[in-house]
Amino acid sequence: MAERCGIVGIGQTKHDSKRLDVSMVGLVREAALRALEDAELTWKDIDAVVIGKAPDLFEGVMMPELYLADALGGAYKPMLRVHTAGSVGGSTGIVAASLVEAGVHDRVLAVAFEKQSESNAMWALSIAMPFSVATVAGAGGFFAPLIRGYMRRSGAPEDTGIRVAVKDRLNALKNPYAHLHMEDISFDLVAASPMLWDPVRYLETCPSSDGACAMVFASEKLAEQTQTPPAWVHATAMRSEPTMFSGRDQVMPQASLDNAKALYKQAGITNPRKEIDCAEMYVPFSWFEPMWCEGMLFAEPNEGWKMTYEGATALDGDLPVNMSGGVLSSNPIGASGLLRFAEAALQVRGQAGEHQVDGARKALGHAYGGGSQYFSTWIVSSDKP
Amino acid sequence: MRDVAVVAFTQAKSVRAERDLNETEILIPVIHDIKRGAGLETKDIDFVCSGSSDYLAGQSFAFVSGLDAIGAWPPVSESHVEMDGAWALYEAWVKIQTGHADTALVYGFGKPSMGDLSRTLALQLDPYCVVPLWPDAVSVAALQARLCLEGGVLSEREMAEVAVRDRGKGKSNPYAQVTGDFDVDALLAEPTFVSPLRRHDCSPISDGASAMIIAAGDRARDLAERPAWIRGLEHIVEPQDLGIRDLTTSRSTQIAADRAAVGKDKIDVAEVCGPFTHQSILVERALGLGESVDVNPSGGALSAHPLMAAGLTRIGEASKRIWDGSADRAVAHATSGPCLQQNLVCVLEGA
Repeated sequence: MAERCGIVGIGQTKHDSKRLDVSMVGLVREAALRALEDAELTWKDIDAVVIGKAPDLFEGVMMPELYLADALGGAYKPMLRVHTAGSVGGSTGIVAASLVEAGVHDRVLAVAFEKQSESNAMWALSIAMPFSVATVAGAGGFFAPLIRGYMRRSGAPEDTGIRVAVKDRLNALKNPYAHLHMEDISFDLVAASPMLWDPVRYLETCPSSDGACAMVFASEKLAEQTQTPPAWVHATAMRSEPTMFSGRDQVMPQASLDNAKALYKQAGITNPRKEIDCAEMYVPFSWFEPMWCEGMLFAEPNEGWKMTYEGATALDGDLPVNMSGGVLSSNPIGASGLLRFAEAALQVRGQAGEHQVDGARKALGHAYGGGSQYFSTWIVSSDKP
Repeated sequence: MRDVAVVAFTQAKSVRAERDLNETEILIPVIHDIKRGAGLETKDIDFVCSGSSDYLAGQSFAFVSGLDAIGAWPPVSESHVEMDGAWALYEAWVKIQTGHADTALVYGFGKPSMGDLSRTLALQLDPYCVVPLWPDAVSVAALQARLCLEGGVLSEREMAEVAVRDRGKGKSNPYAQVTGDFDVDALLAEPTFVSPLRRHDCSPISDGASAMIIAAGDRARDLAERPAWIRGLEHIVEPQDLGIRDLTTSRSTQIAADRAAVGKDKIDVAEVCGPFTHQSILVERALGLGESVDVNPSGGALSAHPLMAAGLTRIGEASKRIWDGSADRAVAHATSGPCLQQNLVCVLEGA
């Protein structure tokens, strides 16, 4: 049924808090051109463009894909715009891959971006709507209680989050595209940083970034012709559940667990901890590393923190997590999911440079969004499915 | 390609301003009705995809509460496009083509009455060079109409005839908003609104929603007596800049229509999404519709234009003509962006 789909080009921008040197067009083209160059293709080789980003209020442009279509080589081609909250980058990759898997197109360009400096995400997330409670606390205010809930039920040591923050910032030093390059990162520095949303400290939080990521997807026949071997898409999954209702487990949402099971079933994976070589997961606040280690079934319930604590998720651990430095080191929100997916593909293509995991052949890309309610994931491999 | 058909469709009545219900509340009865009508529960549906715009609601992540309307529990395989629901249909159709789903629920919804729509739509334009001038959507469309009139592409009378035709047919559509018997000469005697456009040239501003269920092969045959098979589904975008494309034709519609093979056989019914009368004419020409085609039996976008749902509604209305046997072959159209920037064409057949 589904055709095989290979990732043949990957590109990203240098992420920074304010990319004032480029317009939105300049930003997305920087990533797209790098992906095309990696794929040894030009704009005319692309059949369709899929654009993803988080809320339009983050830039102040309504449906900006209409304005960007031309700059992304989309003129007189099909163009889709995906928006599934914070998971959107992942969903963008999945939709682009599905166009190839469906046999609709041979080559598809996916681009996801956010240029947070154009507007103010904190404002955009805090607009008071009639008849609804405004949290006016941004994402951190929303997620802090969920983290506290995890700490209580797991009994994890209080410094687990600090360890994640240090590890990811150390990994970021090996990634030239990462927004944060903190040469002086240390346990003490993170521990001493101000408490923003108890229990989340300033340095346990992602930055606000401008940035973009792009990928080129190709059908099996075309993917086989590339110089650098492609990353093959083995499985994709998306799951969503409502934001709140009585009895919902917001700490470990059913949608995460269902998503993981569906993904592994499609990929033929029975022991994810063993069979997956590395994982790039959406960790905007440090504690979400142990939480998603459980949410992706790498660890038993309430034991995900042990993976962090014992160094299993370090670059030289048995299941490295967030080799690129992760969302904690670069967070162009709409692009963050696709960056996770791209890092998984870079790893299995052996293109990850200094943050390459030796011998990585099968990798997980993971994104989540909304109130821990949207999940999109994929498994890519250097081997054909 | 797998055979995929539209098997169910419902919509909310379009109204100028829904004061008592929010977007989700408009959506809830629509989703409820379509599931009950099709005899399906959420768990029977393999994939869900929706289309809406945060900017209409004036809120980030406005679509998230749509999950409450569909009853996404246990969790669902779901996606969303920041586009008209017609493109959500496209994503769902692609998902079915991959073999990972056999059925899909698609919906689109919008509540433009939350703001000043014509000014809100100005925010779709180039944010650095054009938006600071605040060209509202009606004025941008008026520029296009002016080009068409001065180029001799169409006349004000032809434009008025479209309004008379669509709003007359809309009388039989209980979900329509602006309908009735109008006279071309009387309309032309009215003053201009944004020259050269008169009030009748503009679609109404509508709050509304619509939903559709599509299914593959035998599943479609189980769910509908005479499924509306999707035989062509194509969409194309043009560059946005108004100065670098020919605004007196709809080239993207033409390309999409060619790819969807609209002209391969006789078309009985066409549902065209023309937010302005001159745009309807341009699309009808780009689709290559002959004299015998029944255009907009529902009244089209000039009778009701629930933004983000209007395109999906055209496909739903065309499907209804297939289901009831009044058409064997129909074409439906959706549009997005200033001056018909992006267009989708869907060919439906009864066999």
